[in-house]
Amino acid sequence: MAAARQLCTFFLDELYFGVDVQKVQEVIRYQEMTRVPLAPPVVQGLINLRGQIVTAIDMRRRLDLPALPEGQLPMNVVIRTDDGPVSLLVDEIGDVQEVDSEQFERPPETLRGQAREMIQGAYKLNERLLLILDSDRAACIASGHHE
Amino acid sequence: MDMLDEIVKEFLIESYENLDRLDQDLMALEEVPDDRNRLSSVFRAIHTIKGTSGFLAFNKLEHVTHVGESLLVLLRDGKMRLNNVIANGLLAMVDAVRKIMASIEAGQGEGDGDYHDLVADLERLQETGGIETSVSGLEPVEAKRATEILESIAKQVGIMSDASSSVAVTTTNVAPAKKRAKGGRRKKAVNADNSGGAATAVMELASSSIAFPEIVVPNFSQPVIEKHATESAASVSPAEIHAEHVTEAAPKQEALECVSKGGNPHDGEGGEKGPSQSVSDSTVRIDVTLLDKLMNLVGELVLARNQILQCSRSTQDASLIAASQRLNLITTELQEGVMKTRMQPIQNAWAKLPRVVRDLSAICKKKVQVKMEGADTELDKTILEAIRDPLTHIVRNSVDHGIETPEVRESRGKSVEGTLLLRAFHEGGQVNIEISDDGGGINLARVKEKAIGQGMITADQAASMSERELMNLILLPGFSTAEKVTNVSGRGVGMDVVKTNVEKIGGTLDIHSIYGQGTTLRIKIPLTLAIVPALMVTCEKDRYAIPQNSLVELVRLEGDRVKREIEHIHNSPVYRLRGNLLPLLFLDEQLQLRPTRSAAELNENSVVNIVVLNAEDRQFGLVVDQINDTEEIVVKPLSKHLKENSTYAGVTIMGDGTVALILDALGLAKRAHVVSASRDRIKTQGGVAEQAGGDAKQTLLLMGLGETQRLAIPLSLVARLEEIPMASVERADGQMVVQYGGQIMPLLDLGDVLRPGQGGGNNSQMLQVVVYSENGRSVGLVVDRILDIVETTLAIQRTGKRIGVLGSVVIQNRVTDLLDIHNLILASDRDFFATPPTSLAV
Repeated sequence: MAAARQLCTFFLDELYFGVDVQKVQEVIRYQEMTRVPLAPPVVQGLINLRGQIVTAIDMRRRLDLPALPEGQLPMNVVIRTDDGPVSLLVDEIGDVQEVDSEQFERPPETLRGQAREMIQGAYKLNERLLLILDSDRAACIASGHHE
Repeated sequence: MDMLDEIVKEFLIESYENLDRLDQDLMALEEVPDDRNRLSSVFRAIHTIKGTSGFLAFNKLEHVTHVGESLLVLLRDGKMRLNNVIANGLLAMVDAVRKIMASIEAGQGEGDGDYHDLVADLERLQETGGIETSVSGLEPVEAKRATEILESIAKQVGIMSDASSSVAVTTTNVAPAKKRAKGGRRKKAVNADNSGGAATAVMELASSSIAFPEIVVPNFSQPVIEKHATESAASVSPAEIHAEHVTEAAPKQEALECVSKGGNPHDGEGGEKGPSQSVSDSTVRIDVTLLDKLMNLVGELVLARNQILQCSRSTQDASLIAASQRLNLITTELQEGVMKTRMQPIQNAWAKLPRVVRDLSAICKKKVQVKMEGADTELDKTILEAIRDPLTHIVRNSVDHGIETPEVRESRGKSVEGTLLLRAFHEGGQVNIEISDDGGGINLARVKEKAIGQGMITADQAASMSERELMNLILLPGFSTAEKVTNVSGRGVGMDVVKTNVEKIGGTLDIHSIYGQGTTLRIKIPLTLAIVPALMVTCEKDRYAIPQNSLVELVRLEGDRVKREIEHIHNSPVYRLRGNLLPLLFLDEQLQLRPTRSAAELNENSVVNIVVLNAEDRQFGLVVDQINDTEEIVVKPLSKHLKENSTYAGVTIMGDGTVALILDALGLAKRAHVVSASRDRIKTQGGVAEQAGGDAKQTLLLMGLGETQRLAIPLSLVARLEEIPMASVERADGQMVVQYGGQIMPLLDLGDVLRPGQGGGNNSQMLQVVVYSENGRSVGLVVDRILDIVETTLAIQRTGKRIGVLGSVVIQNRVTDLLDIHNLILASDRDFFATPPTSLAV
């Protein structure tokens, strides 16, 4: 019997992603944020999360996906990292999905670019693929090698 | 109390705490004699007291605790088991320690209580383990109890016998002589303490006196007590002894109380003041992490308060307004209170300096006295910690390098003893700390020589450097003017570390020195780092906070003045602030929120708000869209991802809950090259970019001469740009001069100097003058045109062959001569640098 794993899922430009439920602090709707001029472009802004300052990262940009259409507001998936909470901005939130390690497969070699670093692999669900996002990598923007 | 030495005071506070815990621990140990942890804890406590008392030369204390410690070693190592007898012995020891400490605290040394009996008891216990002292003829429980009481009484009585003898001394020997009276008072203090112990014993006795119903009250006499004391220790005939002790102790205690209460019948000199509140009663030790947590909470509260205040502004509800105002007041007070808990007098950091100076001056064979002013100036604990080492370093430097040997001082007509003055005071929300000595001062000529010798600057650069810049060389790593390296200092590490440490906590370091007269180092540091007053500004609809400590003033230009008063030197806007050129930075441009404005675009603005900021002693104007309010903000660190960005000092949460970035004036200035890192600046100055790697940029003023010639000088050398009407030019000593700022300023027509024979003569009615100042003297360089201010990396293509030209560079695709102002001026006035009015040898 393979170990089951619970994933918090979300959508980004039709792609179905998941991060470990353990990593997720909370999911909140769109928050007003303060932009940070001169910061790396993936930093969308800073959010006041009950007195805590949380950096919001535009996941579409992080994964080299086209920007969210005008008028559509992203959701916040607040994840825990070693450097405090970081919010990943996603299009839409999915369910908590239980997956089986038998369904897992590493990403193909043809996956290139930024995405390669962040996508650990995929769970082959019946109807579609669930991509596993390495949240620590995704939150790590200090290196500045974006775009 | 204020006479108490700081160290002794701390020792007392610490020891009282230890003793309180000891009591509890010993008590608990009676229940569970084998609790190793507790035994170790007791042992450690006693050991600490012993160690410190030995260190502080409290011999009695050391002796008593030493015996106790030896006993505890046996217990701890399991060679002996704790029983009541031992516990009592130890508790008696604790009491004795308390007594001695009370005496120390009262400023009377260790007092003259005699603890030999106690010591003997404890020593005996080490051998016997307190087992043979059992009492026969009573029920086991009672026997135990009786032994216990007897033991304690034995001790009390032993102590009392001392006490009573001293009472006797007091009563018989009170003489008018002050010395004696003093002695008498000291004894009484001891008595007072003893009475406390005796009272406990009596109470214990009373509680167990059911077994001994008959109590007689005979007159007591010294020998009787002593006799019984020894007897009781040997434990014979418990009932009788008990009875007698009760009766004896009671009147005795009354007598003692009488003495201690100051209604003192024996003393001819009047009453004795009751002992002041104990040190340990008036202070509480708090974990710093708890304080930090409290501080954070107060920070949150301040934010919440700000939010409520904002809400209350838009309401008509009188009760809400009143309540929010009250909240405002209380929060402010609470905030101040919590801040105060973290405040410590700078004395704490200074305390060890006199000792440092003393030792050091002995090594250096110098005589130095330390004076302190404002030692009670308070600052945040974290800041205090941070400046401790820099302070020590500066003081060491002052003694080693600053103050001269007595012989030299004498020959210079100074007093043989040098003075080191430590001064601290609050000013403008900051703490200023000055360390000044009346020593030799900094010899700028030697600094220059050394710096050139060490290859840090070239001779040319040195010539063109201002006094302040030369002074700052001292702060560079690896620099030392000491003739020889001593084991004290002179290795050239240090001042740069001092500077870095001070800057790390948001402070600044300044050196003022007059050669031959002394040096003053001034450190300016913020009071606290957590909550700071800040100016809120708006830029492109976002709000930013500017900490007030970098704020100088605000300037608002409206209507016509925008066009008229903001001038452009090529593309760089400047504003004349009381005659000085203030470079302007547009915040939106700096933050890359919009492209750089042209002069025409700027003129469209009807209002320009300039926030004048200070970064490393350079001023610049930051143009923002709107200036809002000042507000107390809670500084929160930027997340790690954004920390690399030096433009921001942190973030804060505003009253309405939105996040605002805190601008860092220094970071902004560096980003815009208003100030460059001093190392870069020094190395590139005068055009030695080749050595510096050519990366560092510097700002140059471009000038035109004749039809085509272009000249450049570093903007940092330019004091002012002036237009002077030809009519006001006069002649003196065959030279063109102009009255300028109350001085006669010579004018130097660069056309005459650089293009001799080409006419040079300026025919226009207005002269364009670049004013260069050094050491309070100015010289005006007359050029045909002021062209531009550019920021560029210098890469000299051709070195100059003429006097006054360092070399040629390509700037804006045009060949430009880089002026060597120093030599240029020397060529016209040989004495310009030689006899500066401020007598500073350069």
